[in-house]
Amino acid sequence: MQYLTISADETMEIAQKLGEALPADSLLILNGDLGMGKTVFAKGLAAGLGITERITSPTFLLVQEYDGGRLPFCHMDAYRLEDCPVADLGLDDYWSSRGVCLIEWGELLSEILPESYTKIEIARLDDEHRVFTVSGEHEALIAELWKDFEYK
Amino acid sequence: MRILAIESSCDETAAAIVRDGKEVLSNIIATQIPVHQIYGGVVPEIASRCHLQNIAPTVEQALQQANMTFDDVDAIAVTAGPGLVGALLVGVSYAKALAYALQKPLIGVHHWQGHLCALQLEHDIEYPYLALVASGSHSGIVEVLSDNDFRLLGASLDDAAGEAFDKISRALGLGYPGGPAIQKAALLGDAAKISFPIAKTHDTYDFSFSGLKSAVLNHINQRRMRGEELTEQDKYDLAASAQEAICTALAEKTLLAAQTKGYSVIGVVGGVAANQLLRQKLADNKNGIRVIYPSPIFCTDNAAMIGAAAYNYYQRGEFADMSLNADPRKPIYFV
Repeated sequence: MQYLTISADETMEIAQKLGEALPADSLLILNGDLGMGKTVFAKGLAAGLGITERITSPTFLLVQEYDGGRLPFCHMDAYRLEDCPVADLGLDDYWSSRGVCLIEWGELLSEILPESYTKIEIARLDDEHRVFTVSGEHEALIAELWKDFEYK
Repeated sequence: MRILAIESSCDETAAAIVRDGKEVLSNIIATQIPVHQIYGGVVPEIASRCHLQNIAPTVEQALQQANMTFDDVDAIAVTAGPGLVGALLVGVSYAKALAYALQKPLIGVHHWQGHLCALQLEHDIEYPYLALVASGSHSGIVEVLSDNDFRLLGASLDDAAGEAFDKISRALGLGYPGGPAIQKAALLGDAAKISFPIAKTHDTYDFSFSGLKSAVLNHINQRRMRGEELTEQDKYDLAASAQEAICTALAEKTLLAAQTKGYSVIGVVGGVAANQLLRQKLADNKNGIRVIYPSPIFCTDNAAMIGAAAYNYYQRGEFADMSLNADPRKPIYFV
């Protein structure tokens, strides 16, 4: 399924809706080039989970964890792990715990990802418009939450 | 008063002996940078494992170099957060066990108070002063009102300054850590070659480096899409231009804050404080503002700064007990 947002504010809005509804033990893979709005999406998701702390880039430490919300939130950026051996880095600990885990550039971890996760691809239509392509575990939940944003 | 201090919040295992919060008797740093280099940055699990291997020999070396035994130590200090939880836990557990076995006082130190206290190792500090804190994980402007009273004026809204250096360095193939690599490449480059945007976070003391990083990466991508390979000289010019933009943003906001709030001294701490262009830009102020820095060895993560901060905790009577825990998200500056 595909969805359209016409501004960063709308990207924030759909991510927040998702954050409000996601069940425990959810793994989201977020793919999209630089400047697509991955950071905005992460901020919206965290807001939806009820996290009030400022969401900062996880790149330096690889992962940032937030405990203040409805569920624990783990925000990872796999960007710099391209072409690296990832099997022995203990990364699966993060998504096998109770909360919501969002991995930017998660496809770079394909060899260690579990069977069930939700993949969200962000593509650019023009400067402001973004198309979100969703597949995997929470496809149906997202179809319900984002029905006003469906892109045909 | 000799404090044994331990720091293990990120990718350096460090131990130091500091006398009276000022005199560094030893300062040992076992860096893990080579281990993390292939990942373009720290990997939490690997950092924890390395800390476990390094901590005992590092502490031993710190004692040896200071010509001391455990009996000569008056207190044990350790970084309790913020940082990587697994990495912090190694230092915290080790320090607790030491304090318990030796029956010495235990002090849990805030990592960023440590960075600020690096200044007192080499300078006589008068409060209040203004601090620019800039590293790979955090960039902020702070009013330091006393050794235990900090007001955050502004911070990075997205990437930290050091992170921007890391990402740009990676894109240019210059390696990790990015700060020193960019600085070195920039020496051979022309900073005026390309003008990168400096984020205007109007009416605030906040920073934003995400846009700059994207602009540099887009520039590189556009060149590649036109089939133009970057020459070595192109890389040097890009490094110089990017460094110019990052340092200008840091210096302008910090000097503006000092001027507006009436501070005559700026202390610059954290890994990015080692950057020469930043130092030059801050020094070139027309308001007679004095700028102070720790030596490079005290800019990077180290335990001497933790020992300096711990002395202040000791004077205030702020001790930890065996319930001390690693707090990876300890609020910045506020204990």
